[in-house]
Amino acid sequence: MADTEPPIFTSAGVPQTSFGQAGRGPRLFSGGGRGAVAVSTASTIVVLAALAALFWLAPGSAAVRHTFFNPQDMWNSFIGDPKAGYYSVGAALWLNIRMFLAAEVLILALALAVAVVRQSTSPVMFPLRVVSTIYVDVFRGVPLILVIFAIGFGVPALNLGFVSTQSAAVYGVAALVLSYSAYVSEVYRAGLNSVHQSQVAAGRSLGLSHWTSLRYVILPQAVRNIIPPLLNDFISLQKDTALVGILGAIEANKAAEIYSDTVFNYSSYVVAAILFLLLTIPLARFTDHLIARDRRRRLAGAPA
Amino acid sequence: MSTAETVPADGSSAALALRIEGLQKSFGANRVLDGIDLSVASHEVICLIGASGSGKSTLLRCVNLLEPINAGRIMLWGQDITRPGIDQNAVRRHVGIVFQSFNLFPHMTVLRNITLAPVKALGLARRQAEDEARALLDRFGLLDKQADYPDRLSGGQQQRVAIVRALAMHPRLMLLDEVTSALDPELVAEVLDVIRELASGGMTMLIATHEMGFARDIANRVCFLAEGRIVEDSPPAELFSNPKDERTQRFLRRIIDAGRL
Repeated sequence: MADTEPPIFTSAGVPQTSFGQAGRGPRLFSGGGRGAVAVSTASTIVVLAALAALFWLAPGSAAVRHTFFNPQDMWNSFIGDPKAGYYSVGAALWLNIRMFLAAEVLILALALAVAVVRQSTSPVMFPLRVVSTIYVDVFRGVPLILVIFAIGFGVPALNLGFVSTQSAAVYGVAALVLSYSAYVSEVYRAGLNSVHQSQVAAGRSLGLSHWTSLRYVILPQAVRNIIPPLLNDFISLQKDTALVGILGAIEANKAAEIYSDTVFNYSSYVVAAILFLLLTIPLARFTDHLIARDRRRRLAGAPA
Repeated sequence: MSTAETVPADGSSAALALRIEGLQKSFGANRVLDGIDLSVASHEVICLIGASGSGKSTLLRCVNLLEPINAGRIMLWGQDITRPGIDQNAVRRHVGIVFQSFNLFPHMTVLRNITLAPVKALGLARRQAEDEARALLDRFGLLDKQADYPDRLSGGQQQRVAIVRALAMHPRLMLLDEVTSALDPELVAEVLDVIRELASGGMTMLIATHEMGFARDIANRVCFLAEGRIVEDSPPAELFSNPKDERTQRFLRRIIDAGRL
């Protein structure tokens, strides 16, 4: 049989697509040969040149470049000058990073608890299930900015001593956690559902308790399946820390706003935008790396 | 393997391992098991045969308490394991089950697959559990696979690991649910050899299978299931050469026509 096979599917005869060799998977920059590389390079240059020309030749180009992309203003806003009345956007970003890190850890924990409660079937858990469901419905439905307002201005007004005397950043993190946990719990739930029932049966059949089985068998597989959507939410979270500025916390966006209010130049916002990009892009690459490493390890075998 | 000989103190009646009485199980309106009665003595090997959908798998899953039953009861060494308030996890630690689709944990190495339950459910020290696991792997020619992830193994190797994983809990009863049905033909033998070795070591087993030749070789008794009932329960020589029930005769004729016996 084998020697009479038509040559269509042998390596010599496979028509190469622009996604590269079979087995290597689609790759962004790999072409189907020299010709394809030349074509994609040329077309990229043409498109970029056209966009640049449009920008430079637009009637208001000079004004926009001065207002948004002024190198001197960008530098000034980046390093800040307290005597001139504005803060360093770069230093303020540190607050975004801290809020993000704190919120991320809390969200991972709270969202998991909510997801597990909603997935439970025991009658004992019924009241908790109702509370969790209402929580998710409410906090997915209310705009984040309103949650930030409600917590940031409402909780201090309650005069609850310690609870009411926290900084704006703390209330901001609390609002972010409440809002994002509702979303992330749904991501977790999808992950838990994606683990096949036979894995549940295998765990239980070995005499593992419900919680042990969840902890060692189901959750690790669920989390692997949801790393990309989870990361997507965290990239979004990194950016949304900028919203906490409305409570008066001096984070990057607020610092940029103060600069533009002081100097009447918007270049500070571009600096903030670039800084946020510098945060999010590495996070995206890191996730790709995690996914690839996990797949390699499972297919290649590795030391225990 | 000599774990099956530890009969409980109250093991009154000549070590009856398993006794099923009037077992009924429905999924919605579909009655899958319709009054099963079955007794298995210690060290006995029982093969369950029958068409797909006759209830073999469901019966095994009920014995492992993976499915709640609707009526009847299941006794394990004299203890009713279907009564309310029974510690299901404790029961499952004594009853190993191996599935058609292996169901290994894909995110764990072979060794971790095997040691997870002994460490987390029996409270064994990790080192001791690993030593025992390696001994079992060695016995079944799998020691060099201990650090591999299941995706890297052949179907036959995965199924043998699944059997080792169940054995690591020192079960007193093994349930095998069509363990060779998902395997390529050339991989079936290596798994059947493992089961033969367990049988010769005295393991009490309840085996749902489509491998008629294997059932004839290994079983003390063969039960033919149809429409949720055991319609025939006899020694293999008798059931295969002289089936009494008309449904058994039809089933075996189809198997023979398909060249499977």
